[in-house]
Parts: sequence; structure tokens; C-alpha cells
Amino acid sequence: MAYPIRRPKLSLGDKIYLPAIFGGMMVTLKHFLRALFGGGSVTMQYPEQRWDSQLPDHYRGAPALVKDEQGRERCVACQLCEFICPPRAIRITPGEIPAGDRFAKVEKFPREFDIDMIRCIYCGMCEEVCPEQAIFLRKDYSITGLNRAEMVHNKAKLYEIGGVKEGLVIKWNERK
Amino acid sequence: MIDWIYLLTSLAKTIGIIFLVVMPMVAYTVYAERKVCALIQDRVGPNRVGAPLTLFGLNKDLPLLGLGQPVADAVKLFLKEDFTPAHVNKFYYWLAPALAMVPSLMVMAVIPFGSTLFGVPMVIADVNVGVLFVFAIASLGVYGITLAGWSSNSKYPFLGGIRSSSQMISYELALGLSVIPVFLAVGKLNLGEIVRFQAEQGWLLAPIWFNGFSLEKLLLSIPLWISFIVFTISMFAETNRTPFDLPEAEHELVGGYHTEYSSMKFALFFLGEYAAMIAGSSVIVTLFLGGWHFPGIPDGSAASFLGIQGAGWIWGLVNIGVFFAKVACLLFVYIWVRWTLPRFRYDQLMKLGWVWLFEIALVNIFLTAGILAFLARS
Repeated sequence: MAYPIRRPKLSLGDKIYLPAIFGGMMVTLKHFLRALFGGGSVTMQYPEQRWDSQLPDHYRGAPALVKDEQGRERCVACQLCEFICPPRAIRITPGEIPAGDRFAKVEKFPREFDIDMIRCIYCGMCEEVCPEQAIFLRKDYSITGLNRAEMVHNKAKLYEIGGVKEGLVIKWNERK
Repeated sequence: MIDWIYLLTSLAKTIGIIFLVVMPMVAYTVYAERKVCALIQDRVGPNRVGAPLTLFGLNKDLPLLGLGQPVADAVKLFLKEDFTPAHVNKFYYWLAPALAMVPSLMVMAVIPFGSTLFGVPMVIADVNVGVLFVFAIASLGVYGITLAGWSSNSKYPFLGGIRSSSQMISYELALGLSVIPVFLAVGKLNLGEIVRFQAEQGWLLAPIWFNGFSLEKLLLSIPLWISFIVFTISMFAETNRTPFDLPEAEHELVGGYHTEYSSMKFALFFLGEYAAMIAGSSVIVTLFLGGWHFPGIPDGSAASFLGIQGAGWIWGLVNIGVFFAKVACLLFVYIWVRWTLPRFRYDQLMKLGWVWLFEIALVNIFLTAGILAFLARS
């Protein structure tokens, strides 16, 4: 069966095409003049102006380790994050907490905790898998370095980004 | 006997116009292109590269609206690796960029870019075949593009080259025919004479602005306006600008004819394209917009400048400034059109060239001749 295609009826102005061209040029001229004199540009000058205050709550930035309110590192070096990490960005060297220590009950702590930020894909699986709520994705996004070594966040750097997080699980508290 | 003065002034004019005016103008047309494009699209455009004061020990660079961007671009293009792919036809691959740039600079030779300076006419070659020279040389530019497309031995450049050559045959006729009314009205082919005619009789597009109003001039300006519009559209096609940028068509053909080129060879194509724009605008200004003439400004042979005796040559410089100001306005129109219109489809281009522009230009010749005959009789 033949389908007749209904062609739009063009007026003379449509056919000679020039009025449409001038119409379009007036639109661009309007934008040009507005951007030239009255701003109108929505561009943000990045390093000077940032969007940090408007980042959404669910924004996934650089992963970081946190301490609890007693200043104890939450990480117990269970290495679940190391195993779940899809790009294998995390490398943990566990260590043992000596018997006389206040938190000897915890048994393990990360002697070294490295996250290779070149590899990290900001998926948040480490945060999701962590049974101790010790690793979180913060809102830091501008992770830069001049060489590969600088792009590896070590333990000190991770705690610097992470800081202290209070009011979560406290099962290693002696009072419980 | 060699006329040394003639030789030296010609050399000075050539070097002055090519290296001191056209080349910087090309660089800053690219800047203008990026800036105007950005403003039209509600963006900011290049605004960072200015005076690099930090290189000299100061603690802050001066952005200067990004006016240093063309310099940075040029340095980048010079320092880039000039890569020649193994599969190209080396000889034509090397020849093509030069062929693309040289014609557009050669066109500048016959353009009267000023009146006179110390009695020397401000045109490099004051030849009587003026416009014919422009057409003969400007259409050679297509060889560079076609050869680039062909010698690259790769499908996208090849399509670009083919498109370029077949595009040329569809607009070149309209381009040539559309200026004949100008010659009918002026009676001369020499570009300098055409400008001088306009300086005395009023610009071809605005004959009633000065030198008195007459119905005859108004009647004659109708076909000249038609001829201006056809010529300008054809000039857009000649310089491969949007909406006729089918050979380049970066959305369809990667980079078009210059896909396989890098570094300075690519820069030569780029330079050629913008130099062609400047040359094309210069031709339009010379033919229709009065060249270096502006109402109320005397030419370079004036005796005094604002009361200072013997400083009339300053008017000569002002004339040159007026000419390039007009060219700059036309370049803005080029850029403005580029960021407004979408590209023509292939068959639309052919139809426009063969069915519309060619016929309009042809009929326009008879119209002009008829009006001139009518005016001569009455």
C-alpha cells in the first residue's frame, strides 16, 4: 500500500529561504550582543570559581579513612575493601595491635593503607562493603599530582582528607 | 634601465601588506572567530592567554581578554610534530598546503587597499585586468584542496577533495557573472579605477548617500544590489565557509581535506582559508562598498591634515584604515553567518548554484544593460 507523504505547503518566504536566514541571524546577533554587554554567559571560571557548595549529598569524591570520636582509627584491616575494589586501587598491609594496648580487643590495624587515585573509579564499593564504616567517599574531586607516586594516597593523606566521623558504630568501645 | 624607486616601493608594499597587515589579520580573525562563536553560544571564549608576566618574575599574568591566544596557537603549531603518513603521495601531499595558501595571498596584489601615500598608489600591482586576475588566481585555491584530498590517499580527505572540485564548478559561474553589472555600470576592469569611480559617483551600493540624489542612480542600484548579494553568496562558497563548507565538513568527514595533515602543513591550510576570507572581503569592499573611500575623508593627495600643511599623507593612512575597517566588518559577517547557518546538503548546494544563482546573475546582466540603455536614451 502506498503511503502518500504530506509535504508541508511552503509560502514564498519559505521558498526563497532568505527571510529565515535573516531571522536566524537576528537570533544569533541578539545572543552575541547580550553576551558582549550584559553578561548572559553561564560559564564558570573554574579554578577561581567553584561549584563546591552545590555538590549534591550523594556526590562520590575521593575515598578517605576516618577516625572515631576517641581518636581511634576505625579501620581494622579486614581487607574487604581491598578485595571488593573493582580496579584494585586499594593496598592494605595489616598489623597487629599489641596486647597491652587500650584497643587490644580490636586485634588488627592497617600498618599501611594505600589508595592509588589513578586507578580509583569512585564507585563507592569500599564504602559499601566496610563493616566498620571506616572508609567514606568524600567530596574532594580535584585530585592532582606531578607523578604517579604523588597520586597514591597513603594512610596519613587518607586520614587528612577523612578526619573524624562521630556517632556511628561503637562496638569496639570498652564500655560495651 | 631598472626603475629602482618603483621596485623598492613595490617591495615595501608587498612586505607591508602581507606580513604586517594580512598575516596578523589572519591570526586575529581566528581569535575573532573563536570569540564571536563563543559569545553567540553564550560562552566566554578565549580569555586567559595575555601578557605572560610570570615568565619575567612577576607574580601575576595579565589576561588582556585572551589577546595572546593567536600567538600561543602559532607557537603550538610551529612546535608540533610534522607527521607525514606512510600511505600518502609525498610530492602532492607537500605541494597541496602551499597551493592552498599562495593564491589567496596573490589576490591581495591587485587590491587597492589605500589611495596614495607620498604619491605612491597603494596597490601592489595596478593592472588593467584587475578583476579577471582575481578570478583567475582565486579559483586556483581549489587545487590545493583537491590535491590534498587526493594525495592523502584516505577516504575522508578524498571525499572532501571531490566535494570541493564539484562545488567549485557550481558557484564559479555565478561568481563571474554577478560582477558583470559592476563593469557595465563603471565601464572599467581596473580595480583602482572602480574605487575612484565610486569615490566620485557614490558607492555602488549606496549611491544616494552623497554626491546628491538622483533617480537614475537609484534605478541603477537595484541590479547592483542583486549582483552584490549573488557575489557575496558565491564568495562564501569560494572561501569554503559555512553554509558551503562541504569540503571540510568536520561533522561528516572528520577534518575533510586536511584530515591527514598536522603541524605547519595544517596551519598553511588554515592560513589559506582565512587569507582567502580576507581577500574575498577585500574584493567585495573594492567592488561594491567603495574601497578606501569614506564620505568626508579626502584621499592621500590632500595638501593638509586638519590644518597642518604638508601632512596630507596622514589621510592616505586613514584611507588604508578605512579599507581594512570595512574588511573587518565583512569578516564579522562571515563569522556571524558561520555560527548561524547549518551546512547545505549536497544537492541543495548544486540546486542553489545552478538553478538560482546562475540564472539570477544572468538575468541581472540583461537588467543592468536594459537600465543603462534606458538611461542613455532618456
